[in-house]
Amino acid sequence: MLVLERNTLTEEIEKLVTKYGKERSSLLPILQDIQRKYKHIPDFAQQEIARLLDIHPVEVYSVISFYSFLSTEPKGRYIVRLCKTISCDMQGKSAVAKAIQRELGINFGETTKDKKFTLEYTNCLGMCDQGPAMIVNERVYTKLTPEKAIQILNELK
Amino acid sequence: MEKKRNGILIFSEYSRGAGIKKALESSREDILFELRESNLRGRGGAGFPTATKWTLVAAASADQKYVICNADEGEPGTFKDRVLLMEYPELVFDGMVIAGYTIGATKGIVYLRGEYEYMLKFLEDYLEQMRKDNLLGNNILGKEGFNFDITIRLGSGAYVCGEETALIESLEGHRGEARNRPPYPVNTGFLGKPTVVNNVETLASVPHIVTKGGNWFRKYGTDKSTGSKLFSVSGDCEKPGVYELPWGTKISELLELVGAKNTKAVQVGGASGICIPKSQFDRTLAYEDAATGGSIIIFNESRNMLHILKNFMEFFVEESCGQCTPCRIGNVKLLEGIEMIEKGNYTFAYINNLKELGRTMQVASKCGLGQSSPNAFLSILENFKEEIFNGNGGQNGK
Repeated sequence: MLVLERNTLTEEIEKLVTKYGKERSSLLPILQDIQRKYKHIPDFAQQEIARLLDIHPVEVYSVISFYSFLSTEPKGRYIVRLCKTISCDMQGKSAVAKAIQRELGINFGETTKDKKFTLEYTNCLGMCDQGPAMIVNERVYTKLTPEKAIQILNELK
Repeated sequence: MEKKRNGILIFSEYSRGAGIKKALESSREDILFELRESNLRGRGGAGFPTATKWTLVAAASADQKYVICNADEGEPGTFKDRVLLMEYPELVFDGMVIAGYTIGATKGIVYLRGEYEYMLKFLEDYLEQMRKDNLLGNNILGKEGFNFDITIRLGSGAYVCGEETALIESLEGHRGEARNRPPYPVNTGFLGKPTVVNNVETLASVPHIVTKGGNWFRKYGTDKSTGSKLFSVSGDCEKPGVYELPWGTKISELLELVGAKNTKAVQVGGASGICIPKSQFDRTLAYEDAATGGSIIIFNESRNMLHILKNFMEFFVEESCGQCTPCRIGNVKLLEGIEMIEKGNYTFAYINNLKELGRTMQVASKCGLGQSSPNAFLSILENFKEEIFNGNGGQNGK
């Protein structure tokens, strides 16, 4: 990471600390904002957040590793999360999953080479009456068919 | 936004701010009295009497108290909070303001699950409108000295954060791990202050109780389960969706209403609930019988119960927070057992040991997740043993 990038990141985290407050309870919102922008929380950011909130970096790492929407490894620009819970499963999740894997050329848990898509499973999205469902970043798509899912992804490409 | 619904209680007529206005004209004792009269119990599943919870926090002395709306709806098959927040935000937020007035809190927090981030802008705008209309902020509706505001915090994808102490840990910037209880959040909640944590549906019931009275509320439902319940219905039926029905409704009545045919089993209460076979469809949905936080998943004759059970156990293996051994290891062992049955590679002695393990988890796990995760395992193996142990790995269904 270039020094320039480091400085920008530090400044950014300082701004977030000012916005949310220097308390420990600000940790999650700060991590969420960094995750949203950088698609992961870089090591340097973890250290800076720890320094500015006055907690141990290991504490920051332990929080990140606990929540499934936070990660230390870079994810793609679009994180596709397909619901695998029983209602979506019964409404045809498997066919949608296969189609997405085929089309993107990756398995679940992987990121495309161009860093555009990460494919993951998720537990219950609360769309059980309109399954199969998936979220791409924060947008929700329901009543998917293999064809419809691919069309949605193609529009993002 | 979807069209407004019609229902007996929650989905009945209500205009924004009416409950707050009525509450501010009454004393705190009056509100607690009506709440006690209504016999409203927590709609998240545990069913703790709301009036008792509020009374405890109201009686606590502290410089700061909090009202937390638990919108971390993550139970498989549940989506009632989604409907309430998107279609009836006035009920949820008015309920929070009334709670704040009653217990003497100035701050409310909505803990919204990360999966519902798409609602954030709509809800923030709604709160802004409430501030403009003096339903939030300082001296609400001209009531001198009553200040209350609401912020929304997002979760980050952890089912266990729906457990109230794990939720508080998460809000405080920690891993979402359940706390030892006591102390309870009513004494030592968010940042160590007395805190009311209520489910979205519980809060949404409050404005109606305040405007129409506890007696009116108690007219519906059964003696022990008063009022109505929102049921999120999914699975094999013609009309999935959210239904408001009085407590005490029979499972068979609900199945008829939603157009379910050839039903083999109904999962009541989601993955952590119990699976009810056809022979027991005359059971009622109520705290004293088949209790539920609202999730109803319907399975017809074509479904493989072992496959369903496996799906539930995979869910718990992933979502266990890992801090207590019965839950962390127990769920993995139960899943292994299911996989052995699937392959036809098991002994009944081993399966019986696993059932014993499940019962141990129910009493030895630290929080509701591990205490309820064996429910599906035990009820499905018991109620569908012929299908599951028929010698070909439970594959007589699809």
